[in-house]
Amino acid sequence: MNPVWTILFAPLAATVIITVFTQRWKMLSALVSVAAILLSFAFTLGLFWAMYSLSKQPDHEVLSVPGPSIHWLVIGEVVRIDFGAIVDRLSILMLLVVTGVGSAIHVYSLGYMKGDEGMSRYFACLSLFTFSMLGIVLSTNFIQIFIFWELVGVSSYLLIGYWFEKPSAAEAGKKAFLVNRIGDFGFMLGILLLWGHARTFDFVELQKILPTLGLSSGTLTLIGALIFCGAVGKSAQFPLHVWLPDAMEGPTPVSALMHAATMVAAGVYMLCRVAWLVLPSPEALLLIAWIGGVTAIMAATIAVAQNDIKRILAYSTLSQLGYMVMAVGLGGPTQAMFHLTTHAFFKALLFLCAGSVIVALHHEQDIWKMGGLWKKTPITFITFLIGTLALAGVWPLAGFYSKDEILLLALKQNQPLFAIGVFTAGLTAFYMGRELFVVFCGQPRDHHAYEHAHESPAVMTGPLVLLAIFSIIAGWAGEVPHFLDPHEEVVHSNLGYLLLLVPVAGFVLSAAIYWKPVPSDAPMQASLGGGWTLIQNKYYIDEIYLWIVKYVQGTIAAICEWFDIWILQRLGIGGLSVGTGLLGRTVRLLQTGSISDYAFFFSIGVTVIIYYVVVK
Amino acid sequence: MTSAITLNDYLAISGLLFALGIAGVIIRRNVLVIYMALEMNLNAANLALVAFSKFNKLPEGQILVFFIIAIAAAEVAVGLAIIVALFRRNQTVSVDDLKTMRL
Repeated sequence: MNPVWTILFAPLAATVIITVFTQRWKMLSALVSVAAILLSFAFTLGLFWAMYSLSKQPDHEVLSVPGPSIHWLVIGEVVRIDFGAIVDRLSILMLLVVTGVGSAIHVYSLGYMKGDEGMSRYFACLSLFTFSMLGIVLSTNFIQIFIFWELVGVSSYLLIGYWFEKPSAAEAGKKAFLVNRIGDFGFMLGILLLWGHARTFDFVELQKILPTLGLSSGTLTLIGALIFCGAVGKSAQFPLHVWLPDAMEGPTPVSALMHAATMVAAGVYMLCRVAWLVLPSPEALLLIAWIGGVTAIMAATIAVAQNDIKRILAYSTLSQLGYMVMAVGLGGPTQAMFHLTTHAFFKALLFLCAGSVIVALHHEQDIWKMGGLWKKTPITFITFLIGTLALAGVWPLAGFYSKDEILLLALKQNQPLFAIGVFTAGLTAFYMGRELFVVFCGQPRDHHAYEHAHESPAVMTGPLVLLAIFSIIAGWAGEVPHFLDPHEEVVHSNLGYLLLLVPVAGFVLSAAIYWKPVPSDAPMQASLGGGWTLIQNKYYIDEIYLWIVKYVQGTIAAICEWFDIWILQRLGIGGLSVGTGLLGRTVRLLQTGSISDYAFFFSIGVTVIIYYVVVK
Repeated sequence: MTSAITLNDYLAISGLLFALGIAGVIIRRNVLVIYMALEMNLNAANLALVAFSKFNKLPEGQILVFFIIAIAAAEVAVGLAIIVALFRRNQTVSVDDLKTMRL
């Protein structure tokens, strides 16, 4: 069997084995799932090494090798859908991220989920999630990617609502699924529109024939924008970002997986995969870039005023995804993938650290009830510090290089977006500094919880340390962009070092406000006033959506209900039945039961018949 | 002056008898009387048939009349039996009291 199939199907096999056979033995189920992703990871490493050594040979720049493919669905001459695996630099990089970060998260879950009732179900869903994401990465055509796209939606629903007995978790799962569906609808329309013009779903074929189709720029923009809709939903861009912070209701490792390797990365990956589709349309690119920029700054400002340790991280993910989408919109899919890769490491790291803190404090998530934890959980503190510095983009950690590339691209292409990007970078450092100082420094606020706090076991800290190492080195030497595109010249501009002042300023500001024995939001509240309330309530976007649902959609529903009840049910069906009944009652009056009456009617009838037959 | 009895005279009598029979069926309340009125209808038809048979010099009319008489006799047996059964059950032979055949 082709090794690519092993990578793809090992997690699915784990899901099946757990569901069918080993559900009763929790630890065994967990180990099956971990073994599956480690197997995928090992095969991916082999694939990567093969590709890497090929690319090192002079004059031998292999961009892709033919992957396995089967004809999956053939309808006449018109529709041909393959089920294949695309093996090129982009997909191998993404496979590395998904299986590598995924492996760390799986191992971490062994510790985090220990003793949970539904551990088998958790690991089955986790494997299904991984399988779906690998499917997206390896897809060779739009139908295949759409199927796995929806599978990711389903498995995320299962995992966000994992603690389904908690109403907020069940609601969050539902919200994630529904909001995603809105984006997916646009995605599907885009796929169908594209197929209507090109008559094929295959990425490679499409890329080849797209310039020959002679599509008008309006059509191209529409297709690009519709396909982008899918990414807006999955990658949680404004205005469909509302599901991601709520998705924090799931177990913390799930948040880590969702924010780093799967789900939200899927949207950006898909955009990079079909970059040739949006690149010819300046309008679509502009739309994508601005959506990304708006998401980046909006999420960063919201993150400043949140109190939940995971929610702050969730908004920072939104903000970083905004950067990636902005990079695609500025014509730099390579830069977007670079940032996605580095971000996967440090965001997974940050979430797992948050999980470690939450476990240490017995499921306390409010940062104001923490404090002074650096003494109690030193490994978590140090790795969290590394993750924070990497996210803020401090030299020489991974985030510095990838964010730098995006900002340089923005400076060249679109100066307003560059300004937004720089400001967001400062905000990132500020809110991450706030979280760091409030959680780990100062005096412990909740003494009871503090006394019982303890460092997590090795099965949890191991992945933390590993991810921390990668968060440091993933950006070095520009290996990632060079691997993606050998012609890409990695420019180390001095401007990057100048930009370093921005996160440093953010850190200094947050240290001045929050690095105290008893930190509080009071200075921020005082200086921002009404603005603070605004960002604390996330710009009231959820409330606006609720209002729209309640009044606009509610009114339409009421009209439909009225029409259904009064026109269809009462007038249509009810009218017919009442009319028939009345007719029956009227005719029944003739049936008197008296023989004389019958004889009378009978003779009248006969007379009439005779009259017509004989006389006329 | 003897004027011959024509076909029309027979048919007039026959029609009269038939009308009387119908009127009896409709007006009278006693089941036995209604039954007798029905017999009158049959015999009105018999009279017409015999008259046609005689004036057209065709035997089929008379043959048909014998059939009618025979079947009427059988019918009387069945009908009277039903009436007796009806009387035993309801203790009445008035059609005003026999209105159970309705909703």
